[in-house]
Amino acid sequence: MASFLTIVLKSKAIIRLTFLGSIIAWLILVFSDITVLYSDMKGLPPGVPIWLPRVMLDLFIICLFYYYKYRVERDEGLNFTDLLWKVFATGLIATVVSLIFRLGSSLLGTTKLVSNILFTDFIYQINLALFISFLLAAYTSWKRLILYQKSKWLIRTWIVFEFCLFIVLIYDSLQISIPETATTLILVVIGLLVIVLSANMRWVAYLNFKQKWTCLLLLLLSFFYLGYFIYTVSRLSESISAESPAFLDFNSHIFNLCLLVFVLVYSTFSFLVILFNLPTSSVFEQKLEEVVNFQRISQSIQTEQNEESVYNILLESSVSSVFADAAWLEIQSANDGHKLFTYKITEKESKDIRDHLKSHNIKGALEQSSDRTRNLSKHLASLKGSRFRSLLAFPITVKGETIGTLALLKELPEGFNKEMTRIVSTFANQAGISIENFRLMEEAFQTERYKEELKIAKTVQKSLLPTSLESAPDFEIYAFAESADEVGGDYYDTLRINENQVALIIADVSGKGTTAAFHMSQMKGIFHSLAQLELNPKEFMERANRALVFCLERGSFISATYFVVDSQTKTIRYSRAGHCPVLYFKASTGTTEFLKDKGTALGMVRSRDYCKYVETNEIPYAPGDIMVLYTDGITEAKNQKGEEFDYPRLEAALKEVTDKSSQEIEKHIIQRLYEFSGSSEINDDYTSMTIKFK
Amino acid sequence: MVHIKRLQEDGADIISVIGEIDASSSIELDLTIAKSLGEGYRKILVDCSALEYISSAGLGVFMSYIEEMKDKNVPLVLFGMKEKVANTFSILGLADLLFIRDTKQEAKKLADELSV
Repeated sequence: MASFLTIVLKSKAIIRLTFLGSIIAWLILVFSDITVLYSDMKGLPPGVPIWLPRVMLDLFIICLFYYYKYRVERDEGLNFTDLLWKVFATGLIATVVSLIFRLGSSLLGTTKLVSNILFTDFIYQINLALFISFLLAAYTSWKRLILYQKSKWLIRTWIVFEFCLFIVLIYDSLQISIPETATTLILVVIGLLVIVLSANMRWVAYLNFKQKWTCLLLLLLSFFYLGYFIYTVSRLSESISAESPAFLDFNSHIFNLCLLVFVLVYSTFSFLVILFNLPTSSVFEQKLEEVVNFQRISQSIQTEQNEESVYNILLESSVSSVFADAAWLEIQSANDGHKLFTYKITEKESKDIRDHLKSHNIKGALEQSSDRTRNLSKHLASLKGSRFRSLLAFPITVKGETIGTLALLKELPEGFNKEMTRIVSTFANQAGISIENFRLMEEAFQTERYKEELKIAKTVQKSLLPTSLESAPDFEIYAFAESADEVGGDYYDTLRINENQVALIIADVSGKGTTAAFHMSQMKGIFHSLAQLELNPKEFMERANRALVFCLERGSFISATYFVVDSQTKTIRYSRAGHCPVLYFKASTGTTEFLKDKGTALGMVRSRDYCKYVETNEIPYAPGDIMVLYTDGITEAKNQKGEEFDYPRLEAALKEVTDKSSQEIEKHIIQRLYEFSGSSEINDDYTSMTIKFK
Repeated sequence: MVHIKRLQEDGADIISVIGEIDASSSIELDLTIAKSLGEGYRKILVDCSALEYISSAGLGVFMSYIEEMKDKNVPLVLFGMKEKVANTFSILGLADLLFIRDTKQEAKKLADELSV
């Protein structure tokens, strides 16, 4: 910021300095020139060196050159018309000042002062200075226009041109005589360079229709100024040189001539090029608008807009690109239903046309199944009462599926050409892509939400499992639970019923996700309320079933096994409701057994008949006995070959560690399970609870 | 993945289930049974001889039709189950609720008896 400021200040200072320099140079020029002229007329030796006016003229030109360079060339904010305005404004000021002097001298009439050669010279010098400043302003502006689209070659050519001009300027002031051929050569080179440089007219293409007219007017006025100054300056110089040979003639100053020629040639070229470009300018504007529209469609996705706005932009852009008189956009999607966007056409009119085409069994883009762009104009002719004579239809496809049709209408027959068809189909394609992106984003959003939901379900499920399990002097319990990414509905719990009895449960809710977690919480509620009632296990299952049929939807069920361990009678009473049979190790015989008793899962039988499908079983327990409760996630765990862990492997795993504590047994079984499946990733819930009797 | 075929024999609709039925493929089984019922078949047999695995969701499909079938007096008989699949049915106690037979002949015979 600071450096930027210093640059600005610096360039401002330079502008002021150069302006001041040019004024001083000009004042010295006027003074010395008049002195030289006066002494020449009186035949006296001049009081000032004879070369002074020429050098001062050069100095004036150089100062002014830099003045404009900093004012015009460095100003980035100027556009083409602004540049021409600057030239025009400079010309206007110069002409007005010159005219004031002319008016002043004509007011003075034919007094002695007016006819005085010195006064004429003074007027001449003023006019010359104004003329040169106008030329330099034009020169600087033209330079910017020529160098609008730079190439290395162009810049080099320009440097050579400026260098040549500089040489001419030096030559003018030194008045050294060099051979005629050299002068001619330089002039020819400058002439060629002027023509080559004047061919750089790229900026004209960027003007719109209105700007072109403005430029033409400004150039025309500039020509007028040029003409005025050439006339005034040459007439004045003629009248002076007629009386004094020492007069510094404008024509003898080659630099001025070169500058004039350059400005004139480039102005003429520009004028003609703009004039001839006028008829085609609308085409360029059209192209530019297409690009902008295209950008709008492709950017609509980033600006948090919705599908609707994409459709609107598509409709607007297409209409403006092909000058359609009316249009409609019909969207047919499975989830959003039918939508119609119209432009300068009533829904009824559009429906009439669609019905007409349909009734004539015309297969085209208006038919949702078609994927081709069709010009359907010929079919409109048969529709009476319609103002439209041209119809162009485009399909809008998303993921290879046509979701809608864009129809453009014109009142003129043969109103659409190939170019238009191409542009609009590009629009339609881009809109399709935008819509597709929208949908992908929407999907990603949904998936994210689903994942979030699962996360919550998983937390709920985890919190439903007990943090600590009951224990008694004659048994210890240890449980393990691990769930896959997808939430399952495995549940286990313990509850002390009274001094001697402890209730245990293991259950598996069918289904996965949030519903499973929900049913699991219901099961927990049922367990905690019913277990306290000291029911026998069969009764427990019956009541649980009755409670659950009201909350389980069709096809959902819960498998469970409920145990009551009585440490007084040393018995286990249990009821199996469709759950995996319990693995029981009898220490006295050293055998294991799966307790496959009769029992149907909860929620399967929705009537009171359920009591026929469950029963209470009773077994005694002795120290050293082990009971392993588990869910089907364990027996159905698969290895890489697709084999299941199954009952025999579970049995074998238990047999290896019957003398260990419940915790160690549990850990051993899980370890065997992981070894079998061969990976730490699980695809189901692993839940198991081991009870070891002491 | 599951592949379901339908075949009509002696007025009975025989639905062959080939492959595995899990949570996602159970929907297909559900639709097939619903279609069969909707078409008005009086006897529906399910051929489970090529059924490799059935998850709880798949079992839920059969379960959900038990009452409807009873009300409409349309017998649903399953047959030809592999031991492992049969085990799944029996553990859950579905074996007592559904009609399960070993062979097609037995299944047909049962269906004929039931539909009378």
